[in-house]
Amino acid sequence: MNLEILDYAFMQRALLAAVLVGITAPAVGIYLVQRRQALMGDGIGHVAMTGVGLGFLLSWSPVWMATAVSVAGAVLMELIRWYGRTRGDIALAMLFYGGMAGGVMLINLAPGGTNANLISYLFGSLSTVSESDVTAICLLAAFVVAVTLGLRRQLFAVSQDEEFARVTGLPVRALNLLVAVTAAVTVTVAMRVVGLLLVSALMVVPVAAAQQLTRSFAATFAIAVAIGIGVTIGGTATSYYQDVPPGATIVLLAIGAFVLLTALATPLARRRARALARSRAGETGDPAECAIPATRAPAGKAGV
Amino acid sequence: MNDEHVISLRGVTAELGSRPVLRGIDLGVRRGEVVALLGANGSGKSTAVRTIIGQVPVTGGEIELFGTPRRRFRDWARVGYVPQRTTAAGGVPATVTEVVSSGRLSRTRLGMLRRADREAVRHALDLVGMGDRAKDSVDALSGGQHQRVLIARALASAPELLIMDEPMAGVDLASQEVLAATLREQVAAGVSVLLVLHELGPLEPLIDRAVVLRDGCVLHDGPPPRALGQHALPGHDHVHPHAAHDAEPIRTGLLS
Repeated sequence: MNLEILDYAFMQRALLAAVLVGITAPAVGIYLVQRRQALMGDGIGHVAMTGVGLGFLLSWSPVWMATAVSVAGAVLMELIRWYGRTRGDIALAMLFYGGMAGGVMLINLAPGGTNANLISYLFGSLSTVSESDVTAICLLAAFVVAVTLGLRRQLFAVSQDEEFARVTGLPVRALNLLVAVTAAVTVTVAMRVVGLLLVSALMVVPVAAAQQLTRSFAATFAIAVAIGIGVTIGGTATSYYQDVPPGATIVLLAIGAFVLLTALATPLARRRARALARSRAGETGDPAECAIPATRAPAGKAGV
Repeated sequence: MNDEHVISLRGVTAELGSRPVLRGIDLGVRRGEVVALLGANGSGKSTAVRTIIGQVPVTGGEIELFGTPRRRFRDWARVGYVPQRTTAAGGVPATVTEVVSSGRLSRTRLGMLRRADREAVRHALDLVGMGDRAKDSVDALSGGQHQRVLIARALASAPELLIMDEPMAGVDLASQEVLAATLREQVAAGVSVLLVLHELGPLEPLIDRAVVLRDGCVLHDGPPPRALGQHALPGHDHVHPHAAHDAEPIRTGLLS
């Protein structure tokens, strides 16, 4: 295989950034999916746009500025979730669209800034990843991996059942905030690779694809990260050989993986169910199953 | 049994939104005692339990766990909690063992599971008769099996106090029997229990005392109301007759 792709420094940086995103996005995304907040990454992405705009306006690094603003946004979202249960969705909508509009406004106010600058952050621009971007991405990715792996049991407990987690003495609010902050950091890690508008896809789609096959959280985590790495490398390489946008390619590959695994999962699930039914019938010989239609049928008739 | 309280609520008030749900509740559970918290829907019994664990903030009154004010209470491994829930499943697949292991976190340091912890998880699963389903996904379980997993999760830390919110809701008779037997063993071992119940059902012989709530106030605190009197309780909506608790385990078909 032709590996000239690795000869170029910009491609080395691109691949490194892509792999880090492939690891971190599903690693955080799995907790968001578990909490049924799959679209939170999308919201943070919108808020991060204000950070990018602010970075351009103040001539600071857009990556670090976006990190700061999206962390603040994620914390605000958590606070809204706690205190404003009734109007929570409206407040979140304000935050999302305010963040997006703020980004567009700020970047236009920036000297020499146009919406063209924003495009590379919206849809990713792998080939323009700089040395300093790579340093930032590495540091942020290390933080994300440390949190999502190191605290996996605590985060699992809190995301599975918040009320119960409280009674195990876990600092539930602090852990919820940590998930929000980690998600925000991941968004900015992924921003340069797949872009703010497609970040959420890389958090959610590999997890959704993995859980077509799995029965345990640990396996879902491992397979989701493997899919994440696979599609980010695949997408980056494809964009090098064929002139296609890497972010979109990565996301389409992830969706392709989801479709493929879903197709594979159906016969697998059927076989598992059959094996389970066989082993159950063998060990108990339980006739009670047959009683269910018998008791149900008269009720059904009475209803009609 | 002695007079030491494991749970003590004095004049507790709480609101949901701006609606007062608890209007000054006094409730005590002594060591080794089994107390049932009864009442109609909306009487505040679930809210009372949630104030004890800190999920619902109180607006007044005092709560103590094992003699320590709840705010300063840190010894959560002594408490096992079974939330009112129809499912143990989250948005991502998880095995029975993974869910029950969460219950052991209060006994671990920094979430590291040692061999003793894994054995405790296995033991808790055996207690509810789910040992053979340890590696199954919780999505594949029936309502009664879910409830057994949630109770195993509460038992994983070997607690001295069990707080259960409607443990029998949506549970088939076979699982009800298993749960009643599990609870009987725990009580025999000296565990104190606070149960939120809609009706006494198969747990009736275990219960030392019943506290009946109505509109956020304590209406009755004393021996459990007899089966006949139970129907006479204000606001009681007894929806369906039950077989005797020692009847053959038959599936009602209400669940699956």
